[in-house]
Amino acid sequence: MLEIKNISFKYERSDWLFKHLNFTIEQGEIVGMYGKSGSGKTTLAKIITNYVSPIEGDVIIDGEKGEFQGIYPVQLIWQHPEKVVNPKWKLIEVIEEVEGLDKEIINILGIKKEWFNRRPSELSGGELQRFCIARAFSPNTRYIVADEITSMFDAITQAQIWHAMMKLVKQRNIGLLAISHHIHLLEKISDRIIDFNNICNVR
Amino acid sequence: MSILHELTYTTNAVPEERHANYLLEVKNFSLTIERVEKGYTPERLYVIRDFHLKIHHGEIVAIVGASGSGKSLLADAILGIHPKNSMIEGTVNFEKSPLTEKRKKQLRGKDIMLLPQMTNALDPLMKVGKQVQTFIKQKNKQKVLKSIFQKVGLSPTIIKEIPSTLSGGMIRRIFIAMALASEAKLIIADEPTNGLDLEALDELLLQLKILANDHRAIVMITHDIEAALKIADKIAVFYAGETVEIVPRKNFTKKGEKLRHPYTKALWNALPQNGFVPMDSSQPSPSIVIKGCVFSDQCPKATKICRIKKPKLQEISDNEMVRCLYA
Ligand SMILES: Nc1ncnc2c1ncn2[C@@H]1O[C@H](COP(=O)(O)OP(=O)(O)OP(=O)(O)O)[C@@H](O)[C@H]1O
Ligand SMILES: Nc1ncnc2c1ncn2[C@@H]1O[C@H](COP(=O)(O)OP(=O)(O)OP(=O)(O)O)[C@@H](O)[C@H]1O
Ligand code: SF4
Ligand SMILES: [Mg+2]
Ligand SMILES: [Mg+2]
Repeated sequence: MLEIKNISFKYERSDWLFKHLNFTIEQGEIVGMYGKSGSGKTTLAKIITNYVSPIEGDVIIDGEKGEFQGIYPVQLIWQHPEKVVNPKWKLIEVIEEVEGLDKEIINILGIKKEWFNRRPSELSGGELQRFCIARAFSPNTRYIVADEITSMFDAITQAQIWHAMMKLVKQRNIGLLAISHHIHLLEKISDRIIDFNNICNVR
Repeated sequence: MSILHELTYTTNAVPEERHANYLLEVKNFSLTIERVEKGYTPERLYVIRDFHLKIHHGEIVAIVGASGSGKSLLADAILGIHPKNSMIEGTVNFEKSPLTEKRKKQLRGKDIMLLPQMTNALDPLMKVGKQVQTFIKQKNKQKVLKSIFQKVGLSPTIIKEIPSTLSGGMIRRIFIAMALASEAKLIIADEPTNGLDLEALDELLLQLKILANDHRAIVMITHDIEAALKIADKIAVFYAGETVEIVPRKNFTKKGEKLRHPYTKALWNALPQNGFVPMDSSQPSPSIVIKGCVFSDQCPKATKICRIKKPKLQEISDNEMVRCLYA
């Protein structure tokens, strides 16, 4: 179980984004989350995946907190793939960086061989996002936070990718937090849905 | 009824005499990329195969379609910022005369404006207010800037922030602010509302609609068909580098009965609220030369003829076109 326990956070010059925020995600479960634009969802995603430290509170991963060896067990798939992939790398390097990544994932996500030899600027938005999704599925991954990851896709590809993701998280017993503004989408993919603005305890 | 709703249903009907007076006209447009790299066999990618679009002043046309079908490259090509290793062919007229590379350069950021899909198009070190301000031509720039920020729902304190401290939705608002600041006649917005909540979405769509009512033409590239249907007059559907259908908004109904092209139907029925139906295969690669219909490998209605005969884009009415042998 992934426990978000009593987390509070604010940026230096801002008001509190959330205070004493609590919720949990079980392995094998998809939890949907929506909330107002600019209210702090991406910030929370970064805290859960250890890119930003909370001011108060803890993230407890299967009962443990603190140091982990190698790839972090909670992986973030970012809202904007263009910001997180090294623009100078070829996509093959981006993929090979993840040790032991299962080739099946690459097929399931519809990634084509011909893209490997390209750099990020030579792919479309949706094509690049598929690499970022694949990368999150390292053998070490136990939980994934997916921050508005399929608004880069057309409806058919979106349906394809989510059907694949739903199967993958069940197979591998991964817990997934899916952040999105599309309530209809969340209703199709989630086991339960959280309104972020309801749990952030501010204003 | 919301303001957006009211504005939308006062259609921007085009008077007779303006019918042929297109602001932008794109015909038989193609874009091919040559990838040459040491140690690899050269690749030729037919990214845009055959694209058509006509847009009047005051009109909003949405382009929807498959991821990787060439939408962003089309936008880049109209602006003249397509990759150096790409070749373009076909007719592109702006205000009735050919849009040459030289003219593109002169009009870029002035008469023609691009709101990019990728958020890294912003200067990471420059304050966002300053980046919007470069498009303001009026005097009293500070005051104009503040009122624009208010229109797009951003607090004036954001003016002094740099892009990395803004949320995904706030970056989209900055792009719309740039459109409001400019005096562009044609605005090409690539995924302008990606990742916005419903309230913010309606706010920004309203701003785009107001721009259109001010006679600007807007090409809105988007995966959000629902958003497109709120403001666009017609929808161009793009698949594997081809315009497969141009549909007036009113034809998107419950089960998509009025949609003519099988791809458009599949796209409509793949929306989470309409069934969430995926397809097992994907769009053909741009490296393949396709003899017949580009959709024949995936089309539930395909016949043998579809694989060998290429359907032409037929004009049904001024606002309606379809490319299917059996439509
Ligand atoms: N690095 C930063 N420094 C200062 N403020 C920041 C930083 N990153 C985000 N913020 C601010 O924190 C607030 C929350 O941002 P965040 O990106 O978490 O929102 P969000 O809920 O993900 O929004 P959206 O739905 O628009 O993506 C915003 O007001 C934003 O301006
Ligand atoms: N510089 C480039 N070199 C080679 N191929 C490219 C280049 N840029 C784009 N492509 C390819 O051209 C096709 C069209 O890309 P484009 O970015 O226009 O797609 P798109 O329709 O905007 O997709 P999305 O909806 O995912 O943003 C893709 O298959 C992409 O891989
Ligand atoms: S031409 Fe044939 S394959 Fe193409 S869309 Fe029409 S029925 Fe389908
Ligand atoms: Mg966000
Ligand atoms: Mg694109």
